[in-house]
Amino acid sequence: MGEMNIQEMKDLVLAYVIKEYMDDEDVVIDFDTPLISSGYVDSFAMVSLLVFLENRFKIKIPPAKATPEAFDSVNKIVALVNEFQKP
Amino acid sequence: MMSLENVDWSLAEKELEYNCGGVINIGWYCSDRICIKGKDEKIALVHEDFQNNVKTFTFNDVRLASNTIGLFLRNLGVKVEDRVCLFLDRIPELYFSFIGILKIGGIVQPLFSAFGDESLFVRLNDAGTRAVITQRKYLPKLRRIRDKLPFLEFIIVIDNLNQSELAEREITLNLNEIPVIEDLVIFPAKAESPSLLHYTSGTTGQPKGVKHVHYSLISQYITTKYVLDLRDNDIYWCTADPGWVTGTSYGIIGPWSMGVTQCVMDAGFSAQSWYSFIERYKISVLYSSPTAIRSLMKAGDELVKNFNLLSLRHLASVGEPLNSEAVLWSERVFGKPFHDTYWQTETGSIMISNYPGMKIKPGSMGKPFPGIEVILLDPDTHEQINHPDKIGLIAIKPGWPAMMRSYWRNNEKYREKFVNGWYLTGDKANIDSEGYFWFVGRDDDVINTGGHLISPFEVESALLEHPAVAESAVVSKPDKVNMEVVKAFINLKPGFEPVADLQLEIMNFIRKKLSPLAMPQEIEFMEKLPKTRSGKIMRRMLHAKEWGEDIGDISTLEND
Repeated sequence: MGEMNIQEMKDLVLAYVIKEYMDDEDVVIDFDTPLISSGYVDSFAMVSLLVFLENRFKIKIPPAKATPEAFDSVNKIVALVNEFQKP
Repeated sequence: MMSLENVDWSLAEKELEYNCGGVINIGWYCSDRICIKGKDEKIALVHEDFQNNVKTFTFNDVRLASNTIGLFLRNLGVKVEDRVCLFLDRIPELYFSFIGILKIGGIVQPLFSAFGDESLFVRLNDAGTRAVITQRKYLPKLRRIRDKLPFLEFIIVIDNLNQSELAEREITLNLNEIPVIEDLVIFPAKAESPSLLHYTSGTTGQPKGVKHVHYSLISQYITTKYVLDLRDNDIYWCTADPGWVTGTSYGIIGPWSMGVTQCVMDAGFSAQSWYSFIERYKISVLYSSPTAIRSLMKAGDELVKNFNLLSLRHLASVGEPLNSEAVLWSERVFGKPFHDTYWQTETGSIMISNYPGMKIKPGSMGKPFPGIEVILLDPDTHEQINHPDKIGLIAIKPGWPAMMRSYWRNNEKYREKFVNGWYLTGDKANIDSEGYFWFVGRDDDVINTGGHLISPFEVESALLEHPAVAESAVVSKPDKVNMEVVKAFINLKPGFEPVADLQLEIMNFIRKKLSPLAMPQEIEFMEKLPKTRSGKIMRRMLHAKEWGEDIGDISTLEND
């Protein structure tokens, strides 16, 4: 995964969020759209997003870091992932 | 110190000016009556969405909006006792529709808007729901299931502002574009007229529709006043979604029948936004859940210091047992404890509680509300337990106004809830020498996650529909924030590999089919599930494993 740049990571996460969580075709989301606080991603559903990130990027995010605030937009999520990808 | 010695149902009847045999329409009580009492210009609802857009409505606004929705439904042909489902976020129209449906004698069926297709279908099908009021964003879910619901005649879309093209059976209701109805003929509901249908899950079988009646108002009003301690000048925040019973009994009926201002935040949880909301609106009474309180605790004490929360006067909690650490924490950071309250969808109103003025024993459920007779029964003999500290089944003498009247079209299940004239809650507790109740756990396999009951049967049934799943066992797993979460043990069909991506696929499958709450937060693949020699999966063994408990008698375990 080391070869994926930040923009590619953002595109990947955004595409996943749209595919899995956005049932409403009228809503357009971008990298800064609030996900948890908006209710687009239920806080209980956050775990599935966490599992996706851990599987896809081969990382382990500690529970204390997996907060609704840290998952509240694609940009924040990718920043968090990046933090745990660093050697 | 306040005394509840002289509180009984007749006090509520007197204060609400209700005479036995008379008319008691909750919709009217929560809007028209408050206006008649001279509070028409008082703020009923302050609503804030996730982008901090604020809307404010007076009791007269609520009266007019509910009249308008009521007449709209009546003109469509919605009749008395027709089930009208609210499948909405916590938007103002949800609250107005709730009141409007009751005003015309319809039965409100509130459903949690995060429900997936199957959860939604099962509940609409069971209730024979005639109309659903919803938002555009939930149309895809309804469109996927409506062909299987022939009696669902009207799908009413509350936010079709651009008048986009709708499909058959779909109708726009835009409150800003239809005439406001000043006078509506209110359905003369009697005490036993049905009002609400809330769905709840049990260990086995499909979810059951808990039927309530308009007379529930009596219990809800008096407990709001004396347990939640609401007063006329309070600013109240009940954090529950009206898809669940707390969000209707105490998120609409209780405060509005008293004419109290309430605030609603339609946004996902974050500690920062919650504190900010309390500060911004000077919330004085907060009714929330242990999961939310533990989430606030997790955010740390330092964050609290950034906000002025001095407006908070009374704090109460419901949904799961409130652990003593949470009570002590709130005393430390807010300077006042959370008061635990205990009740269920079936009871309709608070049964056991720590009410204001009472000595709180942190971790205890408190004591029964006056007029509520609660005992413990031996789990095997169903004899009453009279020894302090001995664990038994919590049983309540029926007869309070908000008690459910039946499970919808399921009298057999309803009858099973009673033994020797006592209502069995399905919960276990002990009572100490001072009469305080202490919650011990469920008497069945139902999972309480964040205050929401999940049926393992429902999740296991849904799992079987996934092509990779041969069989499964669903149990609770301890969780620091949600008390319990759903865990699934899965045996895969031949040809499927137990890989991480399959775990994720199954999690998402359940989330979309049932709900995010029912989604297993953890999946463990097993080559073989433990079974009895007769082939029954030993769920209790897996449960014990998760909770670090003694596995117990395994003499019936199947051998290889």
